[in-house]
Amino acid sequence: MLYREAGQFKASYMQDQQIFPIRQDQIGFWAMIAFFFLVVPVIANQYWLQAILIPVLIFSLAALGLNILTGYCGQLSLGSAAFMAVGAFATYNFMLRVDGIPFIAALLLGGLCAAAVGILFGLPSLRIKGFYLAVATLAAQFFIVWVLVKFGWFSNYSTSGVITAQAVTIFGYTFTTPESKYLLTLSIVVVLALLAKNMVRSSTGRKWMAVRDMDVAAEVIGIRLMHTKLQAFAISSFYCGVAGALYAYMYLGTVEPEGFNLDLSFRILFMIIIGGVASILGSFIGAAFIVLLPVFLNIMMHSAIGAFVPANVAANLELIIFGALIIFFLIVEPHGLARLWQLTKEKLRIWPFPH
Amino acid sequence: MTFFFEVLIGGLLSGVLYALVALGFVLIFKASGVFNFAQGAMVFFAALTFVGFTEVLPGWTGLAPGSGAVFWLAFALALSSMIVLGIATEKVVLRPLVNQPPITLFMATIGLTFFVEGVAQGIWGTSVRGLDLGIDDEPVMFLMDNFNMLVSKFDVIAAAIALVLFVTLAILFQYTKVGRALRAVADDHQAALSVGIPLKHIWAIVWGVAGFVALIAGLIWGARNGVQFALTFTALKALPVLILGGFTSVPGAIIGGLIIGASEKLAEVYLGPYVGGGIEGWFPYILAMLFLLVRPEGLFGEKHIDRV
Amino acid sequence: MQFSKTLMLGATVAGLLTTGFAVAQEQYIGLPSYRVGAYAAGGTALYGGWIDYMQMLNQRDGGVGGVKLTWEECETEYNNARGVECYERMKNRGPTGNTVFQPLSTGITYSVLDRVAVDKIPLVTMGYGRTDAADGRVFPWVFPLITTYWSQNTAKIKFIGQQEGGMDKLKGKKIVNLYHDSAYGNETIPVLNAQAERYGFTIVHIPVAHPGNEQQSQWLRIRQERPDWVILRGWGVMNPTAIRTAARTGFPREKIVGVWWSGSEEDVIPAGDAAKGYIAAGFNVAGKNFPVVQEIEKHVYAKNLGNMEDKSRVGSVLYNRGVVHGIITVEAIRKAQEKYGTGKSLTPEQVRWGFENLDIDEARLAELGAEGFLPPLKTSCENHEGSGMVKFQQWDGTRWNVITDWIEADQELVRPMIEASAAAYAAEKGITPRDCSKEM
Repeated sequence: MLYREAGQFKASYMQDQQIFPIRQDQIGFWAMIAFFFLVVPVIANQYWLQAILIPVLIFSLAALGLNILTGYCGQLSLGSAAFMAVGAFATYNFMLRVDGIPFIAALLLGGLCAAAVGILFGLPSLRIKGFYLAVATLAAQFFIVWVLVKFGWFSNYSTSGVITAQAVTIFGYTFTTPESKYLLTLSIVVVLALLAKNMVRSSTGRKWMAVRDMDVAAEVIGIRLMHTKLQAFAISSFYCGVAGALYAYMYLGTVEPEGFNLDLSFRILFMIIIGGVASILGSFIGAAFIVLLPVFLNIMMHSAIGAFVPANVAANLELIIFGALIIFFLIVEPHGLARLWQLTKEKLRIWPFPH
Repeated sequence: MTFFFEVLIGGLLSGVLYALVALGFVLIFKASGVFNFAQGAMVFFAALTFVGFTEVLPGWTGLAPGSGAVFWLAFALALSSMIVLGIATEKVVLRPLVNQPPITLFMATIGLTFFVEGVAQGIWGTSVRGLDLGIDDEPVMFLMDNFNMLVSKFDVIAAAIALVLFVTLAILFQYTKVGRALRAVADDHQAALSVGIPLKHIWAIVWGVAGFVALIAGLIWGARNGVQFALTFTALKALPVLILGGFTSVPGAIIGGLIIGASEKLAEVYLGPYVGGGIEGWFPYILAMLFLLVRPEGLFGEKHIDRV
Repeated sequence: MQFSKTLMLGATVAGLLTTGFAVAQEQYIGLPSYRVGAYAAGGTALYGGWIDYMQMLNQRDGGVGGVKLTWEECETEYNNARGVECYERMKNRGPTGNTVFQPLSTGITYSVLDRVAVDKIPLVTMGYGRTDAADGRVFPWVFPLITTYWSQNTAKIKFIGQQEGGMDKLKGKKIVNLYHDSAYGNETIPVLNAQAERYGFTIVHIPVAHPGNEQQSQWLRIRQERPDWVILRGWGVMNPTAIRTAARTGFPREKIVGVWWSGSEEDVIPAGDAAKGYIAAGFNVAGKNFPVVQEIEKHVYAKNLGNMEDKSRVGSVLYNRGVVHGIITVEAIRKAQEKYGTGKSLTPEQVRWGFENLDIDEARLAELGAEGFLPPLKTSCENHEGSGMVKFQQWDGTRWNVITDWIEADQELVRPMIEASAAAYAAEKGITPRDCSKEM
């Protein structure tokens, strides 16, 4: 009843091509933005900001990056964590070695380094497809981490092989409190997400999708395969790289190369599959889901049955339920949680008279 | 020169053991098009179940610990668990996901990985166990005495067991009725269905066989390095073998295993020192990737022809 | 006027009520444990031992100084992000917040390193974590207690020297450092190189890629090198594989010396008979014949309150290491109670003072029933390590036997390296080191 587009007329192409063509969506979007920028920093406590919201935002960004490559362009990658590592270590080195470089510039340069590495490891995609490519991207995963461990230069010869994020200062303001870190992360993520949204609905995105659906056909209609695929690799890695840098600077503070392991890559892949392949919204939902689910299970286990079963069994039960829930969601909604939201919207549009 | 052959033979033998793990992947991929990431967890589950039963069986049945009867009873029980697990997976997880994109199926098997790992450690506990198959782990004396060359007896026997398994499976596929049906299913699901091959039946068999292969792999790797969670990592050794040999080819898995095993050892020994070593983790992947640039479907994989 | 008086009265009554009813004071300890995944074997034993020790004190003495110990587990899966979540979840629990954070994971240690200074919670890492944090001036909140990787490494060379019949006998010897190819494994390379130069032995570094379940090529290389000793700096499955492969290549196990993460039952049992004779360092020893372990069996397991499902693991190296964690944590609380008063919950900041002023000498260890169980320990503002001593144990096929007394680290060599590294960190982060002469 409330969610109805009747009576909303588009008078120009501009209006027709808005991101949110329906007024209720626009209102909803701006309300969300206002909520997350203005209300959340006030009401959320440190735990929510530092342990949940910041990582969810950062993982959303990484998932967004992977979604561009896997969801929109159809190139399966298992090396996202390695590209995050490139972003984190590159940003660190720019901050360290270039005097007075602004953080945002270092962040973007870090992302660009990740993009360059992404192009390099994207080259085989011109020949290799499907799971063969997925396993080949594992080469990136293992190789990059090895390089970061092996060559001390990347960690400024730290004896422990780790990098420690420098203080982040923008226009004289130093980001130390959880609220400020949250707001900075949120701003960067929102800007990049809007950018991604616009990319996927422009000709760039349509080319990606054409390649995803059938690359030979795409080539026949004049899309340059090499250019398109490598572009997707570059942009995807850029997003992952920025996410990696934020992971180091806004979230953990000190990171070791091994932190960016295969597990993390899988986790990001989970996010897009559970959230929704080829969906910007899905990246956010998926990230929130994968970060929150184990925490929720852990708390549930402690309060519900923690007193009755041995700790080992409880911990393994968490893992079992986690695995089972993933399978369950895949069976119930193979297109991800974002699809559920879409279906809800469809229903809402015709509610309460579905016929 | 002796050293070179030592490394080479050691690598080839390890390669056969990688191929053993890869075989489980190939079987399932060939028959149902699923890239079963849970294979590593299944190897762990199988070995842990076997060892767990050898520990509890003497108490239950009064058989002497370590006796042959306990061994075979535990083997049978572990095998039945694997077959039940395989069939259950096929029925509960994969059948509802028929016709979904491969990546969704792949994800489902990762979910399965968590599930299986949790079940394994939940039931049998987290302790690390040893496993003694009664094969001495010592150098082959003949080669040691005559050529001063060190080749592990355990690896030779393990590789022999693996090869016997490969040959048995090959014969099974080639000459039995089930084998023919299996190959038909692998070729074309719909055509197989239309000539009356019970598809679901065949899939259940394949998952059962994959469970059996996982058990053998688990026993051999468990005897080598102990039965512990790290058995799941053997999957990471099998993946490059898989892409090199092709996802759908059993002989490809063996030859891929040999190539990967030998080249990673030789690279570590002769190339490693120049770049700081520790390259075994990524070298097989880079090698397989470079190889794919020449042959995108692996050594023996099915050639994929794109048509618009 | 009247109103505000009533309000004040109400507040006083409420205050009295809260203090009056909370008869048994509690000291809350958050345990970021891991009981699933690749490292579950270690996590269950370690946290099991720790919990059992605290349970024993609650049962026997009713806690520490009249304060009951309470704890809560949070599953980290050895994953950094989960560890941070646990840290944040637990930091404000209990009456005074989380007393101390001990993640038993170097990755999680790094992840919370910046946070503990802000939240004023001591971060204790025994036998792992950031080595240069031993410099308490730069890292006031971090305590890599008992011994660090560097200290331990010098003790190992001393042990090898002893076995050879004197440090001068090391000249011309060859030692292979077989290490896990990660930040953890790489950490001791500079210390070894420095010692090689000083004592005149040759050192060969051979890395093993993670996870290390295949070491054929490394051991064939070792066979070519013909070293006198092999130092095993392994992790997880790499350890049994190394021992097995050593047996296969005919390298004597009595000449392999492992780090403490290579020296538990979990590392040798999978290797079977091949592990007989293998030696490993440890800052705690295995076995049940210590009064403290027997007390745990008497007060905890006899009442069926034990944390370990598999009771045969009580007294194993990792279980006992958990007990050591318990002992030192409780001793720090006790020390802090001496200063800030018994019978009430202390803040993490007060307990930090306890960690900084620990003085557990032989006499105190005897009182605790832990003589020879862990080395004596004395910390200060500068020195957050406190001991640096290790014992060496040899596996005889069924159990670990102690073969040396406590061997001290070469602080002369290690301390300057720690200070240099800490100073570099301080410069990078813009930290001004504390002036320890002003500390009380």
